[in-house]
Amino acid sequence: MKSATFRMWRGDARGGSLKDYTTEISEGMVVLDAILQIQAEKANDLACRWNCKAGRCGSCSAEINGMPKLMCMSRLSDLPLEHPVLVEPLRAFPPVKDLVTDVSWNFRVKKNIKKFKPRPPDAADGTWRISQGDVDRVQEFRKCIECFLCQDVCHVLREHHLHDEFIGPRFFVHVAALEMHPLDTENRIEELQKTNGIGYCNITKCCTKVCPENITITDNAIIPLKERVVDQLYDPLGRLFRTFQQQK
Amino acid sequence: MSNYDTHEYDVLIIGAGGAGLRAAIEASSAGVSVGLVCKSLLGKAHTVMAEGGIAAALGNVDERDNWKVHFADTMRGGQYVNNWRMAELHAKEAPDRVRELEAWGALFDRTKDGRILQRHFGGHKYPRLAHVGDRTGLEMIRTLQDHGVHQGIDVHMECTIITLLKDGDRVVGAFGYERERGRFKLFHAKGVVLATGGVGRAYKITSNSWEYTGDGHTLAYHAGAELMDMEFVQFHPTGMVWPPSVCGILVTEGVRGEGGILLNSLDRRFMFDDIPEMYKNQTADSEEEGWRYTQGDKNARRPPELLTRDHVSRCIVREIKEGRGSPHGGVYLDISWINKKIPNAEDHIKRKLPGMHHQFKQLADIDITKEPMEVGPTTHYIMGGIRVDAETQMSTLAGLFAAGECATGINGANRLGGNSLSDLLVFGKRAGEFAARFAKENRAGNIDTDAVGKAAAWALEPFSQDSGLGNDGEGPFQIHHELQKMMQNLVGIVRTENEMAQALDGIEDLKKRAERIRVYGNREYNPGWHTALDLTSLLTVSEAITRSALERKESRGAHYRDDYPEKDAALGRVNIIVREGAHGEMEVRRQPIPEMSAELKHIIEEMK
Repeated sequence: MKSATFRMWRGDARGGSLKDYTTEISEGMVVLDAILQIQAEKANDLACRWNCKAGRCGSCSAEINGMPKLMCMSRLSDLPLEHPVLVEPLRAFPPVKDLVTDVSWNFRVKKNIKKFKPRPPDAADGTWRISQGDVDRVQEFRKCIECFLCQDVCHVLREHHLHDEFIGPRFFVHVAALEMHPLDTENRIEELQKTNGIGYCNITKCCTKVCPENITITDNAIIPLKERVVDQLYDPLGRLFRTFQQQK
Repeated sequence: MSNYDTHEYDVLIIGAGGAGLRAAIEASSAGVSVGLVCKSLLGKAHTVMAEGGIAAALGNVDERDNWKVHFADTMRGGQYVNNWRMAELHAKEAPDRVRELEAWGALFDRTKDGRILQRHFGGHKYPRLAHVGDRTGLEMIRTLQDHGVHQGIDVHMECTIITLLKDGDRVVGAFGYERERGRFKLFHAKGVVLATGGVGRAYKITSNSWEYTGDGHTLAYHAGAELMDMEFVQFHPTGMVWPPSVCGILVTEGVRGEGGILLNSLDRRFMFDDIPEMYKNQTADSEEEGWRYTQGDKNARRPPELLTRDHVSRCIVREIKEGRGSPHGGVYLDISWINKKIPNAEDHIKRKLPGMHHQFKQLADIDITKEPMEVGPTTHYIMGGIRVDAETQMSTLAGLFAAGECATGINGANRLGGNSLSDLLVFGKRAGEFAARFAKENRAGNIDTDAVGKAAAWALEPFSQDSGLGNDGEGPFQIHHELQKMMQNLVGIVRTENEMAQALDGIEDLKKRAERIRVYGNREYNPGWHTALDLTSLLTVSEAITRSALERKESRGAHYRDDYPEKDAALGRVNIIVREGAHGEMEVRRQPIPEMSAELKHIIEEMK
């Protein structure tokens, strides 16, 4: 049996350090398997989140060799095992214990985004008619599993800690899913600019790079939202035109 | 006396998957205060793993579909031991529950004329599953979550309930701990809804996450409620088998719905070799007819790969046992073959089954558009659970409601794919509605502080085992792994009296060892401690499964006895019930199934 060493951050809000654990590995193993094995064999109080172990729930987010990833989808055969595998918690959020961080901020942010508001039904039986093409566009955003890896890698949150002024890529995707929803009638453009801080995003595309669902966050969600902000709030001719229309 | 925070609600909901969220939305819409407890973070519950779709007779793709056909399909799939009233309500109300999701923002795949598209699934006569590619569960839970958070529901994330609190015969609250700091929490509520999901972690090969330890079943059982149909555990025919670390992860039935076929090592479509009498009229005669069915030909009958899950699982086990399995102990599931039938098959597969494509590519280096998958049965779902009233979802205890997988009735001896998501919606809504009504009609009960103190002391025992007793207790994970192995081997897909008797002895032994479990570290986010507490639930449900399975001396649906391989008509008229006896022993009894109404009988006859 081969073995590998995992260099894990162990600690809590008061501080912590890296500790090495060596465990046996077998074919097809992912990082999460190794963590659970270490937990069972050597460290039963080693804290980590996980649920589905199939890349669908977005619970087991961590930084593996410095890269934000899902532990359940990171195969050991893709890592250089001659060195210890570095496993750390998401650094953009306050540590709780070991690999577990306090991600509650994300849930508070979501609550403040205006909810879905559909247009009246299209048919007498209370249903709508939507073309598959219109659905496809939004389904890309609705694939999001809320793993918060994009939040973790975004420098506005990670380096500048602007959690009070900026909602982060995950929630721009959420707003995009609502704004581009074929049935939605709500307007969230003013908030995007004023309270959601979309202007802070300078399109470095790090979020897109780490998304395990391959959502094209920057190009398909953030940039179109930025364009809508500009159209609605900064285009003087357009503004005049709209005012004129409203008066009519 | 231990410290704890107290929270007061009209309705407390334990579990935040599809059923719990739907119940919370309904209760809070009725104007009562609602607390929602989830074992993990909000939105991570096992519902996200549901892939194929939500079964509802919308009739969008085949106008011949209606609630009667759905009802008859559900009863046939459950081999007629279902609670027929629940099956009826479910079939009638599922379409409205699906349309409601759309009104809350869910975006299902569409038909050409812009309505909700429906796909074929095992045991459903017509294409019936509303879906979003192969991630329907995620769409559903996110829709409910995003709708729910705007309703003022109080959410307690990463919180596990360890006991229900009673005032006389009525349930009036619950007591548990939050993971982050390990502190205790007391919930005082007029009505309590259990929506805790399943028990899959009792088995070694399972598609279920760590949370599925039968908490709700166990909480209800120890509070004095009845459990029913616990012998019926569904083994989904297609879980991944290779590599070992992903063994058990689900491969959606949607693969077969889209035309995927099962092959043995001799390249034979073995599902044609054994078609049950009950389904002969509905099953294709030839491969060609089966293919036409998956492509929407309304005159064709379903291919045998889309027979019910219990049957497909047993056929796979037979092929493996008789030496015709794949190299890693499964059989082949092939969707790539459709490139002989349609142009751009590769794109088609990627569009219809994106999750499966990604999962196999990432975890097994297999491109499902080009090569077959290796699959085998995996523990997926328990049909049995808390016995509830069909209309109100109230258990046999006043004030205690249950919905979703932890409740029982709708599925009988075997659940049809797609019926779980609709079950969560239909009965989650009902549980929320009637729990709210109960809360309005009743005053808050009294909390028994002695019971709270005892529960707290019990929960902390695993930390103290190394001091007083002078023994070096075992770790929780080792005992859990042993239980999983034992249940897999002795109370699995094929069962015998002898092996199950062994399992009962084994469970007794593990119970004793579990009492001396020792965990290290402190109470803050300590998975060893959580596992030690979860083990009590796992041992309770394992015993309930085994005792019920011993009592049902016949083979029916998902319950297959090698020593009683045939159905027994007399046992087809009863459900098996377990409850806790006066001295803590598990009592098992048979409960006659009430006579079905003439109207429903007629529907079943008509659809045969």
